[in-house]
Amino acid sequence: MSISKEAKHDFDAAPWAGKTKRYDIVKEGSIAVAFVAILAIVLSLLMGSPDETPLTFKGWAVSNADNFYATAVQELAGTSGTATYGGPYNKASDGLNVGPFWLQKWAGVTHPIDTVNEFVIAPLSTQVMSTEIASALATWKAASDSQKQAWATAYDDAITKVEGKLSAVPAGAYGPVPALAKGLTDMAKGGALDAALLSQGGFFQTDNTKQILFFGDGSYLDDAGTTANLQGGTWGMMNETGRYPGQAWLWLYSFWYQIPPFNNEESKPIGANADAYIMYIMGALSLGLILIPIIPGVKSLPMRIPIHRGIWRQYYQANGINRRKK
Amino acid sequence: MSEMWTAKLRNKWQKNLPIEKLLPDDQPAYVASWIYVFGVLTLSALAMIIASGIVLAFEGPAWYHVSDVGLFTNSMHFWSVQMFFVFMVIHLWGKYWMAAWRGNRFRTWATGAIAFVASIATAFTGYLVQTNFDSQWISFEAKDGFNSMGIGAFFNVTNLGQMLLLHVAFLPLILGVITVIHVLMVRRRGVVPPIDAEPSLSEAKR
Ligand code: HEM
Repeated sequence: MSISKEAKHDFDAAPWAGKTKRYDIVKEGSIAVAFVAILAIVLSLLMGSPDETPLTFKGWAVSNADNFYATAVQELAGTSGTATYGGPYNKASDGLNVGPFWLQKWAGVTHPIDTVNEFVIAPLSTQVMSTEIASALATWKAASDSQKQAWATAYDDAITKVEGKLSAVPAGAYGPVPALAKGLTDMAKGGALDAALLSQGGFFQTDNTKQILFFGDGSYLDDAGTTANLQGGTWGMMNETGRYPGQAWLWLYSFWYQIPPFNNEESKPIGANADAYIMYIMGALSLGLILIPIIPGVKSLPMRIPIHRGIWRQYYQANGINRRKK
Repeated sequence: MSEMWTAKLRNKWQKNLPIEKLLPDDQPAYVASWIYVFGVLTLSALAMIIASGIVLAFEGPAWYHVSDVGLFTNSMHFWSVQMFFVFMVIHLWGKYWMAAWRGNRFRTWATGAIAFVASIATAFTGYLVQTNFDSQWISFEAKDGFNSMGIGAFFNVTNLGQMLLLHVAFLPLILGVITVIHVLMVRRRGVVPPIDAEPSLSEAKR
């Protein structure tokens, strides 16, 4: 460069005093709006937009009653994904950490969820039920906490042992648990569970946390995600249902989930805490994007790789700037 | 008089961004490339997003499931968002290869980059409030990332009411404000000269 860095900076910063041309920015903007509007209308008419109906508890309990039933038992025994989750739902686990930072634990339990009562007992109690289930519910409510835990754990263990094949579960001291699970399965089959989980006995409700968490504890949602090619381990974060583009801009976020050690839950500490590590990485990279103009190397790449000669081709030609400088 | 806050603000505004700079009818001769169109296209797509979004907000989140007009409006919103990101990413790469932060334009770049991040957050909440299978799936999957950082304690992706309000009110407001600042910053500084532009070159003189 024939002028000093400082002189170049001052020149770039000063108002342009050289050749100008007429340029109608309002006209340009109006044409751009019209162009985008037409493109959006054409795409909308030709392609529409994704709208796959939500799954329901009814659909789950009807199509895979055994899996729903076993999940209900897990909610009672405290072994489901939600019951063992940790913050912000309960204290069953410390949650994820990166080094000494246990942010999940530190943030506390701000959305407490009691899977036994809120997922099973309370919804079931809203129903008109057979004497068998009504008496099971009464037995459960009258029992001590340790008795409840013993029944539910025994039954949950027995189901796990036969790998979910309910007909193969041997008789045992399960108390009212089988009847409760059956009652909840019937309730779900009838279509009453979705609303009961949402309302929790109240009127207005805008928070679907309990529904979504219970839903994800079984295999129904997960299977549907696999079928729709939405699983995070196969770039699903960027996908959309059907033939539509998804959040393609999440490619870099999604990328980390595809490679070791992040894609291996067994690998400690990173794989087991991948969600947290990837959040930190993406936070740092986002900050990096903002700070590109002051990051050595990254900030001078555009000066070295002459893509700017293509962008400002007219300018470089008009001013006779040589192909190879220096 | 010049002690007045009002007068100070007016004088500062007059000096930095007079109307001739805000709405100029000429541009430096080097402003001759398709890449300059992408900022304006991004802005246009954002305008389409806001317009279709206002219609959707008027009718509520369940409308597009049951109405043809609703579905069309939702499609306009959806495709405007897809275009918005395509245009913005081209714009971003263009400005990177032009090193368009030169000459005291760091804040123009930084507000642009913050707009990019804010757009991702806004779009993400949009995907959560579709009230369809996709939003069920995304909210169940995405909660883990936010929970792992303790963010889930106050930003609950499985809470439809909270996500809906953030998506239609708070986040678009933030994105809108950042975008306005970004564009005003561009107008204030003027379009950055080419990387090898120097005072000695012929076009630097009138
Ligand atoms: C909401 C999204 C955005 C909108 C609506 C927007 C809009 C615009 C507009 C209208 C211009 C002036 C015309 C042009 O040069 O293209 C501009 C310039 C600029 N934009 Fe953006 N932009 C956005 C995002 C970004 C992003 C993500 C970056 C980079 C990280 C960025 C960096 C810049 C820079 C550095 C300039 C100044 C260019 C110059 O002086 O020549 N913008 N933007």
